[in-house]
Amino acid sequence: MATSQTWLLRPFQERSTQVFLGVLFAALVVVTFLHLYMPEDSALHVSAYTVTLLGKYLCYALLAVAVDLVWGYLGILSLGHGAFFALGGYAMGMYLMRQIGDRGVYGDPVLPDFMVFLNWQELPWYWQGFDMAWFAFIMVLLAPGLLALVFGFLAFRSRVTGVYLSIITQALTFALMLAFFRNEMGFGGNNGLTDFKDILGFNLRSDATRLGLFLATGIALAVGYVVCRAIVTSKLGRVSVACRDAEARTRFLGYRVERVQLFVFVVSAMLAGVAGALYVPQVGIINPSEFSPLFSIEIVVWVALGGRATLYGAVIGALLVNYAKTVFTGIMPDAWLFALGALFVLVTVFLPKGIAGLLQKRRQKDDDQPGAQEATA
Amino acid sequence: MSIHRLLARMVLAVCLALGATLANAQAQTNAPEALLKRLVEAGQAEKTDLLKALSETGDERARGWLEAVRDGKLAMIEDTGALVIVVNNRGRNWQIADALTGEDLGEMSRRDLQSLRVNNALRADIEGILSVIDLTVADPGQRLDAARNLLGDVNEALATQLQARLQVEDNGQVRDMLTNALAIYQVEQGDVEAVATLAGSLNPTVRAALNNAVNSDDPALAAAAEKALASIEQKLKLNRAAETLYFGLSLGSVLVLAAIGLAITFGVMGVINMAHGELIMLGAYTTWGMQQLFPGQPGLALILSIPAGFLVAALAGIAIERSVIQYLKGRPLETLLATFGISLILQQLVRTVISPLNRSVVTPEWMSGSIMVNEALSLTLNRLYVIGFALVVFAGLMLIMRKTRLGLEVRAVTQNRAMARSMGIKATKVDIMTFALGSGVAGLAGVALSQITNVGPNLGQNYIIDSFMVVVFGGVGNLWGTLIAGLSLGTINQLLEPWAGAVLAKIMVLVLIILFIQKRPRGLFPQKGRAAEG
Repeated sequence: MATSQTWLLRPFQERSTQVFLGVLFAALVVVTFLHLYMPEDSALHVSAYTVTLLGKYLCYALLAVAVDLVWGYLGILSLGHGAFFALGGYAMGMYLMRQIGDRGVYGDPVLPDFMVFLNWQELPWYWQGFDMAWFAFIMVLLAPGLLALVFGFLAFRSRVTGVYLSIITQALTFALMLAFFRNEMGFGGNNGLTDFKDILGFNLRSDATRLGLFLATGIALAVGYVVCRAIVTSKLGRVSVACRDAEARTRFLGYRVERVQLFVFVVSAMLAGVAGALYVPQVGIINPSEFSPLFSIEIVVWVALGGRATLYGAVIGALLVNYAKTVFTGIMPDAWLFALGALFVLVTVFLPKGIAGLLQKRRQKDDDQPGAQEATA
Repeated sequence: MSIHRLLARMVLAVCLALGATLANAQAQTNAPEALLKRLVEAGQAEKTDLLKALSETGDERARGWLEAVRDGKLAMIEDTGALVIVVNNRGRNWQIADALTGEDLGEMSRRDLQSLRVNNALRADIEGILSVIDLTVADPGQRLDAARNLLGDVNEALATQLQARLQVEDNGQVRDMLTNALAIYQVEQGDVEAVATLAGSLNPTVRAALNNAVNSDDPALAAAAEKALASIEQKLKLNRAAETLYFGLSLGSVLVLAAIGLAITFGVMGVINMAHGELIMLGAYTTWGMQQLFPGQPGLALILSIPAGFLVAALAGIAIERSVIQYLKGRPLETLLATFGISLILQQLVRTVISPLNRSVVTPEWMSGSIMVNEALSLTLNRLYVIGFALVVFAGLMLIMRKTRLGLEVRAVTQNRAMARSMGIKATKVDIMTFALGSGVAGLAGVALSQITNVGPNLGQNYIIDSFMVVVFGGVGNLWGTLIAGLSLGTINQLLEPWAGAVLAKIMVLVLIILFIQKRPRGLFPQKGRAAEG
């Protein structure tokens, strides 16, 4: 093993990371160019709508990377990652809500519209500070991170693993969904937070802001990918893979399995939170449906389709499934759930290693490269 | 020969009966008719007496007349002096009927009719007389209702009548009710003794009367009333606790029903079936379908849908097992995902084929209504049936798992697949049978659920998380654990509900389970020995 490398730089020397980052940045540049410099009527012009749509896909891709980190490299199938995503989204939503100021329907300088509507007199304590961007951005990381820390601490300490963990993560996001549906929680209840005006002083409706958010999401995806890659190629990552494959054996070898699990889980939750935070200003709304168990399990199928334990597979899966979703729900809305359901079944039965598995198989056939073995689960 | 004799007898009997009715009619119309006539001419003061006399004739039409008088609908045709009841007094022409025979007389201009005038005092008197009439009917249930209506409405005149009525009343419940009605009156009059009579009653009117008495000027009365109220409050608390327990058990039995099939497929076989909720939904839709097949006979349809629901869900289960699950053996997380996909397909299938809207399933008559234990506690029948059904299904499953060859083989395959196969058990067949059994039970749960909740495409989704919670909480692979977990979770939920609200109670229960699993990852009743290592 190479010795003098710092762990964060190691991923850049990998072929797969180089290709991934290359493709990602090329895509960002091409989209920006087509959006800015192509005339509106040209067939190659990318409209602001499409830019936002692509930005949304990239948020999902980052979320999928987060799920792949825990599922692919730690063996924890989280059916509640939507909760972390939504918490990050709510943190961002609260900031955007406070940015509205007195431009809301009721014109209250401090209280968001829904609080005025509910006859609340003052801002609840947990809304304090969200008018400051830096605080909100920290909370984007902290809120999901803390939840993951507490939940993971309790779960891993008592060695809840496998299916049990999956089910209680699902219960967690279900409970949160029910809680956020309540008006008394102070997060807008059923309607959630919406009607945002601007972010950091930029108008959310302007094309330039949208492009900026798209680029920011792309960069966040790149950073998230590199961080995950750095983790999985580090020694910690190897222990984590060991936990996935033989938890008891790893424990008997003297590793503190629960600490490794906790660390990876919290990092993954934070990444999901960032994805949620970037998602909210682009779609313009956050409501409790992001907590729904269906959404969380959908994320898992993106990863399963793309291929577990590869990270880039998760990105491919998220982009493909969501593109398909946009197309399907546009032309035949009824068929989408059939297609999604069939996808679940077909991927698990016929394509257990996902698309990435197919790619690797082909590459191995082509040049029989032993290095590709590493990413195989 | 005998037929002839029989016929002859029947003819004779009919003749006799007819004759008797005619004679009766002749004898009785005289008195009420005359009274009615006098009523029209009488002054206000006399009217009450006349009405009372009218009610005492025992004529079954008396009630109708009294009501007509009360509503101002008894009228006289000015030309002929004939008495009529106004059926419809809207517009210029009123629809009338003969007061004595009830015969429809068509419409008549309201100018030709002279209505009998009533004032409020008279109306109150009529109400009193009417309630006393109701107290004399043959059906004890009606008498009880009449007596209950009297609570708090007793006046001086009525009180004496009630006392007379108490002497002859032979039904205990009606007597109690009458006594209470009288006692309320007496308490209102300041009688301290009467408070003791009211002490045990749970009726809201009684409580209102006692509350009034607490504020009375007489300190003795107030003190007595307060004491009585305290004892009633105590009783009410007990009843409320009983009601909560009943609701809890009912919710719990629903959870048990939903989860018990899962306890077999997940607990015994180790297969995570996320489509379990949709199998429940299929059972519920089977009930709906059966009711479409047998319109007008909801009871028959419901009974038939018990085997039908089982079969439909079991067949669906077999299809799922053969098509997907058998290829994913030993990969629980993949099974979870694949069956989740199946659940999405089934949901969408129901939405596309039947309807995205909820279907209404009729509750048969013998299942609707409620048993009234006392004034403060009534148990709805459909929930009672569901509790019973859940227990029967549980007992049946227990028997199958413990006493039959299938149960033995299932347990053998679960504990040691290889060893069981080497003993000649066909493991694949056992897998199919077990999965079919678990799925069939889900169908049964659906049949039961159709009676207490909406039947729609989302029915299953609402129960899947709860079901898993129950199985995990109870301890995987343990049917008793599932029963106890289901019932206790239902009860805890109901206990929290009045205090925290429905949604918050549910959240709290979920959090409770999540915390509980941290403490005891293997549930309430963990498996011991070798099975625990799987």
